Order: sequence, then C-alpha cells, then structure tokens
Amino acid sequence: MEMRDLYQQVILDHNRSPRNFREIEDADHVAHGDNPLCGDKIKVYLKLNGDVIEDVSFHGSGCAISQSSASLMTIAVMGKSIAEAEELFHKFHGMVTADADQSARRKELGKLAAFAGVREFPARVKCANLAWHTLHAALCEHAEPVSTE
Amino acid sequence: MQPRIEPDSTTGTIDIEQIRQDFPALHQQVRGKPLTYLDNAATSQKPKQVIEALSRYYSYQNSNIHRGVYYLSEQATAAYEAARVKAQRFLNAANPAEVVFVRGTTEAINLVASSYGRLVLQPGDEVVISAMEHHSNIVPWQLLCESVGANLRVAPIDTSGTLIISEYEKLLGPRVKIVALVHVSNSLGTINDVKHLVGLAKEQSAVVLIDGAQAAPHMPIDVQDIGCDFYTVSGHKMYGPTGIGVLYGRIELLETMPPYQGGGEMIRSVTFEKTTYAPPPAKFEAGTPHIAGAIGMGVAIEYLEQLGWDFVREQERVLLEYALERLATVPGLQVIGSAESRASVISFTVDGIHAHDIGTIVDQEGVAIRTGHHCTQPIMDFFGVPATARASFAFYNTVEEVDTLTKALMEAREVFG
Repeated sequence: MEMRDLYQQVILDHNRSPRNFREIEDADHVAHGDNPLCGDKIKVYLKLNGDVIEDVSFHGSGCAISQSSASLMTIAVMGKSIAEAEELFHKFHGMVTADADQSARRKELGKLAAFAGVREFPARVKCANLAWHTLHAALCEHAEPVSTE
Repeated sequence: MQPRIEPDSTTGTIDIEQIRQDFPALHQQVRGKPLTYLDNAATSQKPKQVIEALSRYYSYQNSNIHRGVYYLSEQATAAYEAARVKAQRFLNAANPAEVVFVRGTTEAINLVASSYGRLVLQPGDEVVISAMEHHSNIVPWQLLCESVGANLRVAPIDTSGTLIISEYEKLLGPRVKIVALVHVSNSLGTINDVKHLVGLAKEQSAVVLIDGAQAAPHMPIDVQDIGCDFYTVSGHKMYGPTGIGVLYGRIELLETMPPYQGGGEMIRSVTFEKTTYAPPPAKFEAGTPHIAGAIGMGVAIEYLEQLGWDFVREQERVLLEYALERLATVPGLQVIGSAESRASVISFTVDGIHAHDIGTIVDQEGVAIRTGHHCTQPIMDFFGVPATARASFAFYNTVEEVDTLTKALMEAREVFG
C-alpha cells in the first residue's frame, strides 16, 4: 500500500481547501460528530426544501481524512433527495469497510471513490465515516452527538 | 553527525546492540520495514528475562498465594513477596508493607482518592493538581470532589510546559488536604522538582501523591527523599508486564485508611455481623492478585538495576538531544514543551498535517509513535492544538532510529506538499 493511495490528490486538495466549510445560519438541522480519542470534531448543517437538500455545509477540525471526507460529502449530497443522500451514505460506508472488491460500485461514488484506500487502514476508517454518520444524524434529527469510535 | 553512545564507565561493556537482543519485539518487520518503536511512554517493550519469568511462573509455579500449605503455593507466595521487596528497594520505601500491588497507576490513584480521600475530605476542602496531569490524575479527584463537595484547584503551567511555582504556592492554603502531582509529564516530558513541590505542600500539612508512571522508567526514585505520602508506578511502562503496578503509601496512612475493595485476602476475620481487616498491604489487595505480573515486575526492576541508571540516563539524554536537533530540520515542525528538565519524550506538531496523518504515514516506514491527546486534553487546550504526535525514547532506542523517524516525517511533508 502506497501512501499516495490513501492520500490521493483530491483528498489533499479538499483538506487544504475544504468546500462548504461554513455555517448555515437558518439551517433546518444541525448535528455534531465527535471522535474524542482522535480529537476529530465536526458539525454538519442542513437546509432542506421538502425532501431535497438545498444546502449543506460543515465546520470542524481533524485529520486530512476526516476533513476531506466532510468536504467531498457536502458536494456529493448537495441538491440530492434525502433518500439519495442516505443511499450514498450506505455505499460510502460499504466502500470504506468492506473487504470485497467494490470496484463496480465505486464508479457510482464518483470522487468519493478516492476514499477506497481507507479500508486498508482500519484505524482510519472512523475518520472517513465521521462526517457521513453526522449527516445521517442530522437527517434523522438525532440530538445526541455521534461518534464513529 | 550521529553521536556515539559511550560504554558505561563502571562496566565498560554495555553495548546497545547486545541490549536490544534482550527485547524480542524490537526484532521484527512491520509493514515490510524493521520496527522502529518510539512509543515507550505508552508502554515499553519487555526484555526476555521478564517474558521468561512469566512463562516460568505459569509453567512451574502457578498456584494461589497466601492460602495453600503445599509446596507450589509456598513457592508462589515467596516469589510474590520477593517481588514486593524488590519494589520496596526500587522506590526506597522504608517498609515492604508500604508497597501495595495494584493494576497500575490509574488504580493506585483511584485507591487513594476513594479510600484516603473519602476519609479526610470535608465539604469546602481543596485538592490541588497541576495543569499537566494525565487524565488518571484528574478524573479520580474530580469524582472525589464532586461526591464530598470539595474543590479541585489546578496549578498552571507556562508556555514551556513548566509548572509556575509561585502560582502553585498561592493555591496551597489551609483548606488544601491533598496535593496530587505528576513527576514526569507523559505528553511534555517535563520533569517536576517533586521534592521541592512536596516540601511546599507539607508546609500546609497537605498529604501528597506523586504520579510516577513516567518517571520510574527514566530515573531512580527515592520516596523517602521526595518526602511524599503516596507514589504510584505502572509495571508496563518500566519494562514489566501490563496489569501490574505499585502504590507506595506511608504506613501510618495505609493503617488508618479503609479498604478500597472487599473480598478475600484482605480480611482478618469475617462474620455476618462484623469483618476485621488484615493490616496493609493485604488490606488493599482483595482477591487473587496478578501474581505473575508482580513477579515479572520484580524481574524488570532487577533488569533496570543491572543496566544501571547512569547508562539509562546517558543513553536517553543522547537520544533526546539528537532527536531535538534532527526534528528541528523538518519544515514546519514545532516541539510542544521545552522545559529545562525533561525526559526523553517529544511532543510535536507539523504545520498543515494533522497528528493522525503523521502517525499513519510514518507507520508505513515501520515507525510507531503516538498521536492524539495522550490523555492530557487540558494540555492540548492550553497549547491550542487538537492533538500532537509524540516520540518517546527508551534506552534501547538508537540514533539510527531517530534518523528513520526524521526521514519518515520528511516523507509526510512531501505527501502533504
């Protein structure tokens, strides 16, 4: 496993300049994600229009994997329906945790496929997943902070 | 240029490669690279003498102690009690009864907080700790203070990671009943002048606990010279097994303290109406203890004694100096903590690269370092960092390993651009 397979350019780029890294003042849903052992923290903001994600953003701090994953997630689910976003969440989760080759499904994930290498690093899977679990919590209006540790 | 480690002047024969032969774990490949183990502050590797002692115990001596009248039990009891005497000698305690075997420093501190703390603390009393404590020397006191209505006071540190003595002194008022301080900081490496700090607390008649988990692997400990009432060590950080440690307590205090846990071993007589307790240390060792662990810890103590502190300290001093010099060449690297007196522990951050990313990248080169908050979140908050990477050295590390770490960090720098 090469380091560049994990730290792909797209990941490094989104770590350096995270997209949708802002608050949404009139957000419909906000959820917190926290991996206390790691120190990764994230807050996901959602603005819905019916069941469509009209705007999504995040704030937080953490490692390159957690920050870039959050950034790419916001792009991936922007304008999607809640059901589509949940489906992406499950596909993403499957990609970073499954042992089997998921290359067929990877194509459906577009840029998110950059995180396929994470599953070779079991200690880092929780970093990639944190933003997605937090989004899921926001969609489900969970009040308690989520954690993937 | 890499410094050479000079042979010990007393024996003239200490050879680092020979010493490394004693540690089987050091001779393995991880991720296709030779292991460079630099996480000694989390736990040290074990010499084969310790590993063999555990194997020997379970193979030939295993039996319960202080119970049987048969041969094996006598042997196991003798070995367990001999380990206590070794620990007594190691800490220079006056009396083997002052050595209580526990699971480790965490349990030792919880024991003191629960037993002694609940005995003496009144509402409005104060417990003083420092800002550089490990969570294990914070949380037990918080729990105690919350339950009795006492107040926890925290002596601040400066930006070098040194305790501000004048502020510490100001906290030492008449309501202070307990002071609990770390001897060596696990995340900053700061060595506190505990003898001086204990002396100041004693002027207010406070009882003082010193958390020695990170000190015991690096320097000789003399609890009588320090003047503390309690001192705690963990076996696994000083080349012994996990799950075993020592609480040193002054006998006068141990005698007055109520038991921490009830059960077998710790009693004198039991009826349903009234139980009387065994004297210390048995009073605090309810249940079957980690017999093999205590024996293994005793062997680790002997191993350290044979190496000699002069060798250990000199080797670690050379490694620390060389590592500080080499790490300074990594662009954007900042060392967190620069106390004048420090152990071979270096916490650092690298601009633009989170500690966990550093940890993952150097791991690919076989380098094991710790990343995160090191169970010292208040220190991370103080320095305004979410996490640090930490390299911690033992006497068996080499300057070549420092070079491997530096090279791996350069690689991380390259990956992140």
